[in-house]
Amino acid sequence: MAVEKMSIAKALNESLRLALDTDPKVLIMGEDVGKLGGVFRITDGLQKDFGEGRVIDTPLAESGIVGTAIGMALRGYRPIVEIQFDGFVFPAYDQIVTQLAKMHARALGKIKLPVVVRIPYGGGIGAVEHHSESPEALFAHVAGLKVVSPSNASDAYWMMQQAVQSDDPIIFFEPKRRYWDKGEVDTESIPGQLHKATVARTGTDLTLVAYGPMVKVCLEAAAAAQEEGKSVEVLDLRSMSPIDFDTIQTSVEKTRRLVVVHEAPVFYGSGAEIAARITERCFYHLEAPVLRVGGYHVPYPPARLEDEYLPGLDRVLDAVDRSLAY
Amino acid sequence: MTVESTAARKPRRSSKRTSAAKTPQTSEPQLVQLLTPEGERVQHPEYEIDLTADELRGLYRDMVLTRRFDAEATALQRQGELGLWASLLGQEAAQIGSGRALRDDDYVFPTYREHGVAWCRGVDPTNLLGMFRGVNHGGWDPNTNNFHLYTIVIGSQTLHATGYAMGVAKDGADSAVIAYFGDGASSQGDVAEAFTFSAVYNAPVVFFCQNNQWAISEPTERQTRVPLYQRAQGFGFPGVRVDGNDVLACLAVTKSALERARRGEGPTLVEAFTYRMGAHTTSDDPTKYRADEERAAWEAKDPILRLRTYLEKEKAADEAFFTALEEESETLGKRVREAVRAMPDPDPMSLFEHGYADGSSLVDEERAQFAAYQASFADSAEEGN
Ligand SMILES: Cc1ncc(C[n+]2csc(CCOP(=O)(O)OP(=O)(O)O)c2C)c(N)n1
Repeated sequence: MAVEKMSIAKALNESLRLALDTDPKVLIMGEDVGKLGGVFRITDGLQKDFGEGRVIDTPLAESGIVGTAIGMALRGYRPIVEIQFDGFVFPAYDQIVTQLAKMHARALGKIKLPVVVRIPYGGGIGAVEHHSESPEALFAHVAGLKVVSPSNASDAYWMMQQAVQSDDPIIFFEPKRRYWDKGEVDTESIPGQLHKATVARTGTDLTLVAYGPMVKVCLEAAAAAQEEGKSVEVLDLRSMSPIDFDTIQTSVEKTRRLVVVHEAPVFYGSGAEIAARITERCFYHLEAPVLRVGGYHVPYPPARLEDEYLPGLDRVLDAVDRSLAY
Repeated sequence: MTVESTAARKPRRSSKRTSAAKTPQTSEPQLVQLLTPEGERVQHPEYEIDLTADELRGLYRDMVLTRRFDAEATALQRQGELGLWASLLGQEAAQIGSGRALRDDDYVFPTYREHGVAWCRGVDPTNLLGMFRGVNHGGWDPNTNNFHLYTIVIGSQTLHATGYAMGVAKDGADSAVIAYFGDGASSQGDVAEAFTFSAVYNAPVVFFCQNNQWAISEPTERQTRVPLYQRAQGFGFPGVRVDGNDVLACLAVTKSALERARRGEGPTLVEAFTYRMGAHTTSDDPTKYRADEERAAWEAKDPILRLRTYLEKEKAADEAFFTALEEESETLGKRVREAVRAMPDPDPMSLFEHGYADGSSLVDEERAQFAAYQASFADSAEEGN
């Protein structure tokens, strides 16, 4: 066993390093990923060790980054591209949605598009506009893409390995406000499948489902609820497309109550999909309607208001109480 | 104005394909310059300008106050009063020169660094700080000063400027529009599309690219293989490179481009060749990618010093002027500092304002839920008392 304590940022860096080291076809592309090591330093030192031919500083053009990554993939490479911030993926959205997502199907499965699009996402870092958004539902809605987000260092390390090895395009959302959170990473044993949810905390009275940055908040909420004598189970979804409904169903059949938590706006968000499917699957088990906690249908607010916008402990606990009150 | 300045250079074929990325741009093209780094006044056949001593002092004052404002904002960020700041240090001449070339009825589309242009438009500098403090996403009415909101997504505003200019032309007005962007932004598809549209529709727009040599950590060579101003030619309009640290040249060249637009002759690309002396933003660490000597070399071309040398040589300004200006700078700094510290956090309920012009039942519902949720804390606080 090689267990090490490291931050999510470091785990991603180590994982990318391993990917570059293992497979000469793996490439990293993006703005400032070279000398600077990315604005979050996720690619720190990689250009120095693997050269400019493997870790490629690109022109400042997101459509270009993803479009050329598609071409590289068609030529047999496995590009991992970095989009600097969530709000800047949209110039590339056309390439991702109209091309990357659909090419495998259009070629009757004859070609593969092993492209990983890394996007630091979510709020809570006091940033300016377009640096705090959670656009995952916009990608999960598109057939042909797989969408994942780790919440801890071990998952960051292993999910990145699995994403790079996947022959499908993966949109890899990194919870930027958790980059500096540390956790244990066993670099020898793979914890689980990429698209499987995990039980982050067991409980019997209610299930909280979250992913990425909100898992930590939900774990804190569960701990606080415990003090009030409520036993809350927390699931870390890890994958927003596909979604591991079986794990959620198993949990809900036990607890009979479900609250879904994410930073993205509730309206048309991933919580809606989970609520609908679980209602179908668990109708006779549910003691309360599936509740959702998330952002409002407003533009992501300026930094001094983001604490009001982002679901915090109180809002999660409020939903727990409302669910238990049914 | 002729298109000579975009005359195509022979494309250079590098012998080894692998080394292509490392070869520098084609040899330094001629910059339009009216004031040398040593403060010597020089002539240019196409761009002449005749300014009174008063006007020269005005440009100097603009640059000094803009730099003072910028320094104050950087300090406020360090003190935790601002979340972020994008400094324009070194780019004062490009911004003041182009900004002072504008007429009141012209319209400006800035990026996020055009504090000097905002100054020229009469936008109160404290208005620029709201978004960097995190209390709003803009904070001014663009139509008050014909100065659009700052745009963070790189290159987007060049299309807005083009569309606005198409509207100006449709209206038969003789205003012009100017779009600011960086050398990095020149790689964005939006910018290429703005060039296409503006050329095809002969839109009265000036594209003002401040080539400050860097896009965060990426040098201009990472964006282009030809000098940026030469791009224009392929789209069918003139491009010109101006010494971006020479306020007189920036003024003359921008004026000429704006007049061309007003005459109905379409867009111009102005590349102001300048330098970002500070970090990209206060979050950036240029020591990771940039040599100190480079900055030192550009300091010798400082736009403010060079005009000062000229003013002194010409006896266009006396000691009293400089002293008074220093005092004015300090007053401005103090005013900015106090205004920022006094800037209140927004009311939480304002989250639900201005999402839609005509309102939305969905927002109404969420607003009501949010208000009830907020009120529940007030109730429990009272209970606790
Ligand atoms: C579409 C998009 N991609 C990435 C970014 C992140 N970003 C902000 S500024 C910047 C560099 C811009 O360089 P340049 O256009 O030369 O302007 P400068 O800041 O140097 O004035 C980058 C990559 C962004 N704001 N928008």
